[in-house]
Amino acid sequence: MASHKTYWKSEAELSEKDQAVSHLKHNEFAETLPVNDFLEDEASLQSSETSRRDFLKFVGFSTAAVTLAACEGPVKKSIPYVIQPDEIVPGVANYYATTISDGFDFASILVKTREGRPIKIENNDRARLFGGANARVQASVLNLYDKFRLQGPLAAGADVSWDTLDTAVKARLDALSSTGQKAVILSASTTSPSYKALVAQLKESNPSVEHVSYDAVSSGAAVEAYTQVFGESGLADYDFSKADVILSFDADFLGDWQGGSYAKSYVANRVPKHGHMSHHVQLESNMTLTGANADKRIPLNNAEIKRALTALYKALNGGVVSESDSSIAGYVNAMADKLRTVGSKAVVVCGIEDVNAQLLTLAINDSLNSEAFDPAAPRYVRSSTASAMDQLIAEMNSGAVGALFIDKVNPVYSLANGAAFAEAMQKVGFTVCSTFSMNETAELASFVAANSHYLESWADAQPKKGYYTLTQPVIRNLFDTRQFEECLLKWSGSTDTYHDFIKGQWTEDVLGGHAWNKAVQDGVFEAAALESVDARFDETLLQAAQRSLAAAQSEGMELVLYTKTGMGDGQMANNPWLQEFPDPISRASWDNYLTISKADAEAYGLKNVNVANGGLDGSYVKVTVNGTSISNVPVMIQPGQAQGTVGLALGYGRKVGLQTEMQTGVNAYSVYFNGSKVQEVTIEKQSGMHEFACIQLHKTLMGRGDIIKETTLEDFIHKPASEWNEVPVVSLDHQEVPASTVDLWESFDRSVGHHFNLSIDLNACTGCGACVIACHAENNVPVVGKKEIRVSRDMHWLRIDRYYSSEESFAADDAKKESFDGLFGEKGSLGGFGTLEDPSANPQVAFQPVMCQHCNHAPCETVCPVAATSHSRQGQNHMAYNRCIGTRYCANNCPYKVRRFNWFRYNQNDEFDFHMNNDLGRMVLNPDVNVRSRGVMEKCSFCIQRTQKAILDAKAEGRAVKDAEFQTACSAACDTGALVFGDVNDKESEVAQLKESERMYHLLEHVGTQPNVFYHVKVRNTEKA
Amino acid sequence: MKVIPSRLSSIFSALLFALFVLPAIAQDAEASGDPAKGKQLFNQNCAACHALNRKMTGPALANVEQRLYDDEGLEKEWLYAWIKNSAGMIASGDAYANRIYNEYNQAAMTAFPTLSNEDIDNILAYAAAPPPAAPVAAPTAQVAVSAEGASSTNDIVLAVLSFVLVVLIVMLYLVNKTLRQIAAANGIEVQERAQRTPIWKAIVQNQFLVFVSAVVLLLASAYFAYAYMMQVGIDQGYAPVQPIHYSHKIHAGDNKIECTYCHSSARVSKHSGIPSLNVCMNCHKSIYEYKGNPEGPSAEDLANGYTNEFYTGEIKKLYKAVGWDEETQSYTGDAQPVEWVRIHNLPDFVYFNHSQHYNVAGVECQTCHGPVEEMEVMYQHAPLTMGWCINCHRETNVQLTSNPYYEKIHEELSQKYGVKELTAAQMGGLECGKCHY
Repeated sequence: MASHKTYWKSEAELSEKDQAVSHLKHNEFAETLPVNDFLEDEASLQSSETSRRDFLKFVGFSTAAVTLAACEGPVKKSIPYVIQPDEIVPGVANYYATTISDGFDFASILVKTREGRPIKIENNDRARLFGGANARVQASVLNLYDKFRLQGPLAAGADVSWDTLDTAVKARLDALSSTGQKAVILSASTTSPSYKALVAQLKESNPSVEHVSYDAVSSGAAVEAYTQVFGESGLADYDFSKADVILSFDADFLGDWQGGSYAKSYVANRVPKHGHMSHHVQLESNMTLTGANADKRIPLNNAEIKRALTALYKALNGGVVSESDSSIAGYVNAMADKLRTVGSKAVVVCGIEDVNAQLLTLAINDSLNSEAFDPAAPRYVRSSTASAMDQLIAEMNSGAVGALFIDKVNPVYSLANGAAFAEAMQKVGFTVCSTFSMNETAELASFVAANSHYLESWADAQPKKGYYTLTQPVIRNLFDTRQFEECLLKWSGSTDTYHDFIKGQWTEDVLGGHAWNKAVQDGVFEAAALESVDARFDETLLQAAQRSLAAAQSEGMELVLYTKTGMGDGQMANNPWLQEFPDPISRASWDNYLTISKADAEAYGLKNVNVANGGLDGSYVKVTVNGTSISNVPVMIQPGQAQGTVGLALGYGRKVGLQTEMQTGVNAYSVYFNGSKVQEVTIEKQSGMHEFACIQLHKTLMGRGDIIKETTLEDFIHKPASEWNEVPVVSLDHQEVPASTVDLWESFDRSVGHHFNLSIDLNACTGCGACVIACHAENNVPVVGKKEIRVSRDMHWLRIDRYYSSEESFAADDAKKESFDGLFGEKGSLGGFGTLEDPSANPQVAFQPVMCQHCNHAPCETVCPVAATSHSRQGQNHMAYNRCIGTRYCANNCPYKVRRFNWFRYNQNDEFDFHMNNDLGRMVLNPDVNVRSRGVMEKCSFCIQRTQKAILDAKAEGRAVKDAEFQTACSAACDTGALVFGDVNDKESEVAQLKESERMYHLLEHVGTQPNVFYHVKVRNTEKA
Repeated sequence: MKVIPSRLSSIFSALLFALFVLPAIAQDAEASGDPAKGKQLFNQNCAACHALNRKMTGPALANVEQRLYDDEGLEKEWLYAWIKNSAGMIASGDAYANRIYNEYNQAAMTAFPTLSNEDIDNILAYAAAPPPAAPVAAPTAQVAVSAEGASSTNDIVLAVLSFVLVVLIVMLYLVNKTLRQIAAANGIEVQERAQRTPIWKAIVQNQFLVFVSAVVLLLASAYFAYAYMMQVGIDQGYAPVQPIHYSHKIHAGDNKIECTYCHSSARVSKHSGIPSLNVCMNCHKSIYEYKGNPEGPSAEDLANGYTNEFYTGEIKKLYKAVGWDEETQSYTGDAQPVEWVRIHNLPDFVYFNHSQHYNVAGVECQTCHGPVEEMEVMYQHAPLTMGWCINCHRETNVQLTSNPYYEKIHEELSQKYGVKELTAAQMGGLECGKCHY
């Protein structure tokens, strides 16, 4: 029976005369469609000569033409060398040892070149010191291919020839001798013996020449203190591997403190061996990488840290800590006790920008006779003092300076009184700025001498007394550029190349009969042992220092300026890898921001909120220091930030010479007065919300201790592994059985051939992120830009998750979760978990690198409808891009969320105008790895191109593979040994032995995926300090 | 008026001398040297730097003995000493030795202490009276005529046959016509055939037949469409015209040059590499013209225009590209890289390593590239499809025994599969990620 029901769509239909209803009966749309908007007006449409028929003909013809053209393969040309260089075999990589020394970063590195192109930075394992490339150094190879770099010398913005520039400089230098004015060379602090000799040589022909050092981010106070005590300009060096107790007063030594590169020696004693590891206490204001790795972290403002240091000095020298300062008295006494018991096995380091504090630190280490303290061989990586620059500006203003040569530094941007420097520059009248790309200072210079990249240059350095390194070019100058040293040689009238000059210097002063070629090949050279030095402490100065520090008080809010792991001092700001690199602490990329404690944020009414698309938004504030304001600084609420302090990263906010996309953040240098990182500040809330690109929105583990397993050193020593490294159990036939015994999949025999595993030691991982960039470079991972990152479309194959504890410690989180009972209230699972979402004000922090876990029983493989992802016998989970059709089922089924989808074509696409969108930038791509196209899934491959290469090399040479030969990009980049890769079927290999460790566990073991990546339980040495 | 260059004229006069004056003396020369042996020795030892009638790295050697005697007044003894130890002669300050040394860019001549005086006599005899060049033109002309003859005979046969056929058709028609006339004359009526349903109509009306043929037609077109689609992007047989006509047949076939002499990076790299021009010049510094094989170019070669002059022209193209000045025997520095057309193109998402196959697996180049030594024009021999790769991996055994790398793996795997030999596939050679990353 047919139904004649009428379904009413609206009440209006009840009234028959309703106009709207009758109108809609005859018209599909309520209003006329705005066709004219896209078809222009009707008149011109009518008069057009192209009829609808013609249009269709065109469409048909062009479709047919395209189809036909597609059938014809394009003709590809191959152009071989006319004369092939001996050392180049197409398809085979060459490695060269060199050194980066750009005034901020320092590292001995190997450069991988393919067909003459540098494509990757590796650690130089022949370097005993400075052998670990950090994230910035790893990324520095991309700067070589920066399309914004200068391609030749300029005068007043127009191209000139080097001859013109040289003639002008020589004429000016000659003229100066008659006017009696000085010629000043301004550079970052240099450790190069040849550079110094070169300046001296120039001085000989032109006595008016003077050299001034200036570092954008200085360690002036520490240099001054060392000079006072040891009579030589330098920085006291430390070897943390020899320390059992490390006490750090605001020294971010895992970051950029005193030139960095301390991670390796620090971690050497952080992995429990024979029940022993160091104890690390950190007193600091901002949450730093070092603080995050500390066993005990005490958030304090700068004045409190100063007072704590004085109190400790007093306590160690028999004094009594006054109880009036009760906030610090308790633990200072405890620390003093600890130091006294440990004696020479303890070390104190200090990052306070105050000569007095640095003096006391040296005195404490000296009196402890600390083994980790190495004053005999100081570091030379920073030597500038703030006063030198003030003096230079004064001289420039007085007219005493007749020529200014600026080597790489950019004071107009990086000085708080940059405007004053700019003005003074005008008074000099003749300025030559040698710079890699255009910057604020170069814009004002009479001549811009296009500088070469360090991979195109010769250089040497002495970063530490008796320890020398060499920089050799690995590619010829890409453009008409010249390194500054070559300019100096030309101007001093020499016809030598800088290579000849360095070689001469080294043969005479450094090598002492050793071979030059060997030194170039190794990149490092160590001179014979050095004699010890005597410390001369002036007792009255120490007393004065104590008094001054004890009186330290902070008025109102303190601004603590810092450098970010990704950006450093900002000279590599045009590097998209670094811009997209998520900060290890905040996990935000493409920005700097004001970090503030939760309590302070509430007091100022500042907010961080997650919006509907998952993005993080933050309030804006206006920051005022000394009358200078920075507006629209976004706020990031930072757990662990000392109350009463805010942090802001230097190195952002540059505009000149940067691509629009890279002009991110605000310039914190504008409030970096006197080169002091601590400033008094007032904060004012502004309207509007800032959109962050933050890739980790959930901050805590919510008591899920099985993701990051951790224990205390005490439990680790005294309790059986089953207690602190529990094997998860699942229910099978109503019986609890170990999760690993239950399996949905059939097992394969993997005992034959190679079986790759990656070991990740959570004790050794400092979260530095060098592996993230190394992976980026090795695997041609695209940069997607801020907008895409914000909507969680980041492409990093390797991420380092950072978790905060919600209670005082992760253990307390676990205990709290266990005690949940019922649904509601504090103890209920609804309310309780709600509170677990909030990180504590001073949380414990844990880092966990996560990449594809290469599950033996991979959930992704079973759901792929086209078998694009499959398993190999060698334990690698393969991803065949050409087979993938982009259903994204695999990503949905992956419990570790490590698969990345190409939402767009990120190469040769103007929407993503990064290095893959220009010919110059594409030169950095690794020719052994595919560049993925739109619509396919990608993920970590365990660097299969590298494992296959190692196997092939062994086969070609007819031998078994050696253990250290199997490396992934991340494990090779890891200087601390946190990531170890290898073949577990080779029982002698390091990774096979690590797999036997009691601390070994798999991520989400209860899921039963049997990953080929395993972790080591994090052990904290939380003995009472 | 014709101006004969002085050197040529001296050679000319020397030749005249040899023809008319020498016979008497020549008894002597021939007694002291055998030109046939001399030719062999010359080709072995001298030809890399010397030609008879052409300046190369070293001077032209035709009639050198006589020339030296006439022009410089030097005896044979001088030549013995020079050939055995030229450096010593130069050092001793011999005037002519130093002059010739400086004239030829101070390129020291290799010393030949192993050559006996008799050997040198033989070489000099060859240089003095080289055997006449084989008459090349005559036989080629003959070949050309005979080839023409062959094709014209065919035409004639065909013409005759078709003429016979036409005659037969005409005859049949005439017979038929005559018979009809006779029948009409005899009053016999020739019955016309009744109109029947045309065959196409019958077929259309038969629904079963229509159905079957439709199915067959669809299947057939699907088959051909599939075959067509599958060959899109496959360039088997692709033989593009190259900027320089490089004949693998002459190099790898006739002269038996090892493939990896030129494609040296195939031994160590993923790329086989197109040789750089300096590799060509290793040989072509002295090989400046093509002389062809002893029998002369084949008919087929001639039909394609591959004459000796043609090949010599291609060598000149190489000289132009690499910037080699034949006159001064030196590089001008004005080089022009050659833009070869790439024949074997794998897609970007495939990783292929030549050294893995050539060096480790010991696969012959010809396995994938076909009979290169027979290819006048290089072409793509294999389809280069994934199925083709996989098939080989399934069928090819890994050379396990000779390589210590495989020792342990071989032992364990052969236990697992219970066989002595293992194919590449059994070693994991079919896993996606081995070639796609």
